[in-house]
Amino acid sequence: MAALAALETVYREAKADPAFEAEMQSYLRHYVGRPTPLYFARRLTEHLGGARIYLKREDLCHTGAHKINNTVGQVLLTRRMRKSRVIAETGAGQHGVATATVAALFGLACEVFMGTEDMRRQALNVVRMRLLGAKVTPVESGSRTLKDAINEAMRDWVTNVETTHYVLGSVLGAHPYPMIVRDFQSVIGREARVQIMEMEGRLPDYLVACVGGGSNSIGLFHTFLDEPAVRMIGVEAGGLGIETGRHAARFASGELGVLHGTMSYILQDDDGQIRPTHSVSAGLDYPSVGPEHSYYRDRGRIDFVSATDAEALEAFQLLSRLEGVIPALESAHAIAHTKQLAPTLRKDEIVVVNLSGRGDKDVEVVAKLLGCEVQG
Amino acid sequence: MKGMNRIDTRFRQLKESGERALMPYLTAGDPDLATTRALILELERRGADLIELGVPFSDPLADGVTIQRASQRALSGGTTLARILEMIKGLRADCRLPLLLMSYVNPIFHFGYTRFAREAAAAGVDGVIVPDLPPEEAAELIEATAAHNLHTIFLIAPTSPQSRIRAIAAASKGFIYYVSLRGVTGARSSISGDLDTVLRMIRAETDLPIAVGFGISTPEQVRMVSRVADGVIVGSAIVSLLEQTTGQTDQLQRIGEIVASLKAATVNQSIFP
Repeated sequence: MAALAALETVYREAKADPAFEAEMQSYLRHYVGRPTPLYFARRLTEHLGGARIYLKREDLCHTGAHKINNTVGQVLLTRRMRKSRVIAETGAGQHGVATATVAALFGLACEVFMGTEDMRRQALNVVRMRLLGAKVTPVESGSRTLKDAINEAMRDWVTNVETTHYVLGSVLGAHPYPMIVRDFQSVIGREARVQIMEMEGRLPDYLVACVGGGSNSIGLFHTFLDEPAVRMIGVEAGGLGIETGRHAARFASGELGVLHGTMSYILQDDDGQIRPTHSVSAGLDYPSVGPEHSYYRDRGRIDFVSATDAEALEAFQLLSRLEGVIPALESAHAIAHTKQLAPTLRKDEIVVVNLSGRGDKDVEVVAKLLGCEVQG
Repeated sequence: MKGMNRIDTRFRQLKESGERALMPYLTAGDPDLATTRALILELERRGADLIELGVPFSDPLADGVTIQRASQRALSGGTTLARILEMIKGLRADCRLPLLLMSYVNPIFHFGYTRFAREAAAAGVDGVIVPDLPPEEAAELIEATAAHNLHTIFLIAPTSPQSRIRAIAAASKGFIYYVSLRGVTGARSSISGDLDTVLRMIRAETDLPIAVGFGISTPEQVRMVSRVADGVIVGSAIVSLLEQTTGQTDQLQRIGEIVASLKAATVNQSIFP
């Protein structure tokens, strides 16, 4: 608790400090490569035959996903706190890679906790983190996925809190984390807003993003929350189908509960034990969701739907073939829903999809699922 | 439920006799509730003063590997909060010790705070410790439990500043749980040396007894902590022995002997200060 209070104080000071903002902007521009393009997906739009589809290209950020927007911010906070070590959890490996990258940039020691199930399916990212000088610690407990990696990172943090900052990668955990991560990610929506005004002269009708913990979606949505004409859709991992119970769709069958210091919708059993989740995408495979998402869902401001593994896999291939963009399996869930949504809309309506990450990391998994061989 | 809470009674008796409380921890249902029941009775016979029963949780954030494994065994055996309460109810005729539940917040939240307070008190539980529920977020639980004379005990960490110590002390009843190290539960070879200073800081804010836990495993450590604290909590060391002696006929006796030696370390303290 003391560390959380200290983090909040440092964050609020940094936020009020123009020098911090300037440094942040400088790294986002020159190191991360922002602003990322808002790209009109012409062939996808024509193929679906409905609304005009734009992709916010977070896959073009350095390291290949939106995660680095937050790690740059949190590592700058770490320096402000004069801590010498950062730790992180990772599911798909993108947040781990982003943390390892920025730690390397500033010469900080870095340890990333990752479930062994995720290490298996995102092996490429494990190698990347190690190349970047990070220690990757396998987590064998529980379901060996993101939730267990967070457990282990939190255990490390309470043990080494004097020297270590925990770079949490999503809008999860106790306050102030969901606020800090949201603020650092909201650059996505701020840019998209300016870009769509330039390109279309008006705000979009729909925003679509996948939701694991919820950082890329809140990053896109946040700036538009006060615009009632902009509808927002979060796409959860439907796994093998909601009816099978093997999914990570918290809003489909979760109940209010507390996990990792946050009250939100949680997949749990009748005794309040956290239920195992399933998704083809490691980054969406988590039993809870950011508390702000739950709040806006209950208020009816953000709608939530789900896409199954199979639908995501199909969308993964569709976008690759039509646009020459291989999306991360996580982002493919957003594309999968867009596939259903766009044809139901008028041709002058606008949908902005957050393409939160690129799919290189998933090529091996996808190859296996599609039954083709990866030649060595 | 009127009258004195067993926790208060026990600490008052200990104070009168100049003793410190030995507070063993067991994960309820590890590996089954019948074993837990037998252990509670054995521990009482061997001199334990209060017993802390862990409610197993799928994601025990504050626990090290020993108790993580114990929780997993208990869950695999089908242990639930409702069954733990049932076991305690059945045990009460034979056991006079104060019994505390240590549970992560979600199983209790899911059970319902009001229902939990009512059923736990009816079963004979005396207090509850929720390591992932800070007092700032605990108003509902405190209100529900206070109505049934069930004590809520909060944790003070080595990193807690004086202002938080004050808030935690104000929210606690029965005793204060001081976490003797930065980190998670589990046996350690040494314990922090500046315990005396911290406990003085806490005593400046409260008259409640202070129990110290996390990382304490040997009679020597218990003796050291007993010099300055009112109670000593030993968890992972006992859980670990339970794990090692699985299936052995003298399991109960061996755990009983360890607990007796730990209790002796608290008593000796008061005889030879």
